[in-house]
Amino acid sequence: MDLRVIYELFKKEIILELRQKYALNGILLYVFSTLYIIFIGFQKITPEAWITLYWIVILFASVNAGAKSFIQEGKGRLLYYYGISSPENIILSKLLYNCILIAVISVIAFIGFLVFFGNVVDKPWNFAIIMLLGSTGLAGVFTMVSAIASKARGSATLMTILSFPVIIPQLLLLIKLSRRAAGMAISNINFDIGYKELIGLACINLIVVIVSFMLFPYLWRD
Amino acid sequence: MPVPARFILHETIRNLYFHVPMWFTMILLFSISVVNSIMYLNKQDEKYDVRQSEYINAGLLFAVCGLLTGMLWARYTWGAWWVFTDPKLNGAAILCLEYFAYVILRGSITDERTKAKVSSVYNIFAAASIIPLIFIIPRLTDSLHPGNGGNPAFSSYDLDNHMRMVFYPAVIGWMSLGLWIAYIRIRIKNLENKILENN
Repeated sequence: MDLRVIYELFKKEIILELRQKYALNGILLYVFSTLYIIFIGFQKITPEAWITLYWIVILFASVNAGAKSFIQEGKGRLLYYYGISSPENIILSKLLYNCILIAVISVIAFIGFLVFFGNVVDKPWNFAIIMLLGSTGLAGVFTMVSAIASKARGSATLMTILSFPVIIPQLLLLIKLSRRAAGMAISNINFDIGYKELIGLACINLIVVIVSFMLFPYLWRD
Repeated sequence: MPVPARFILHETIRNLYFHVPMWFTMILLFSISVVNSIMYLNKQDEKYDVRQSEYINAGLLFAVCGLLTGMLWARYTWGAWWVFTDPKLNGAAILCLEYFAYVILRGSITDERTKAKVSSVYNIFAAASIIPLIFIIPRLTDSLHPGNGGNPAFSSYDLDNHMRMVFYPAVIGWMSLGLWIAYIRIRIKNLENKILENN
């Protein structure tokens, strides 16, 4: 593990992204077309639907973002990475890049939801923390599952099958936390912002990142 | 064996001898499978791969049986086959999905060594993400399930000594049955591999 190498690999991802403008633009188009369909379908939505649809849009956008990290990379290019660097550096740089990519997507989707449906979030800072934790968790799971699925046939389908069971608990926590940030109490007596859920989410993220870091070296080479 | 007469539960309390030990057995089998996955990644020996997949197959059988007995019980006590908002039930469903995904993953890889390696990695990854699912989330929220959200677990006062006399042997019995099924499947698989090698 070498921070300088991780930084270089991370910079390479950003440069590639800026040069091809393929992943981010594609995902943005996806987010806005979905939003438009939701808008045509619903016209006006309740705060509960706002929160739920927001996370569903982020979920599918990040499946696409995550799939790019190993499935859509060419075999030759992966071979080149393995030649020049250690697996720990590669997985950490991919994780970092996906985390930032998904965070950017969730901010843009948030702006989209603001424009189309108005604001429902009472506590923007809480929501920002939730978004950050959410994008870390999604990035962690999708990066690792993308690495796993890239070894099998039919990897695009496999990606969703393998990742959704892992991601559902996180998503449930995220939706629950976001509801609180939007001022909706879960029960009549409980109005706190949900420290227990925040800590739970952070724990899951930590587990996912540590496990990916430990398992990737076994997975990377054929 | 007589059982304590409890309001709503009545005779359905006997489901304790089936449902609970089945989930215990499943957790046992899946844990053994994870240990074998870790062993495979360290030793790269084919026998650990056979073991990890067969322990999962046997565990899945018990997961399905646990779900079915739970649903039957829920129909008579809660009045519904399934409650979609309940964290424990969702946890059980997600757990089953996760291990069915494992089976599909194994089916989609043809190369034996890649299959063993990739499925070991997914098994450990899935197990690590199951831990918060089973042990953290149900405790954060209310649940209809006994032992959560103010509902007493059976052990607190329902489980009297008569029931203990059946329950503990039932746990041992179901676990032995699970291990036995897994053991037989492993032997069959090893024999099949041997026949394939000889041909």
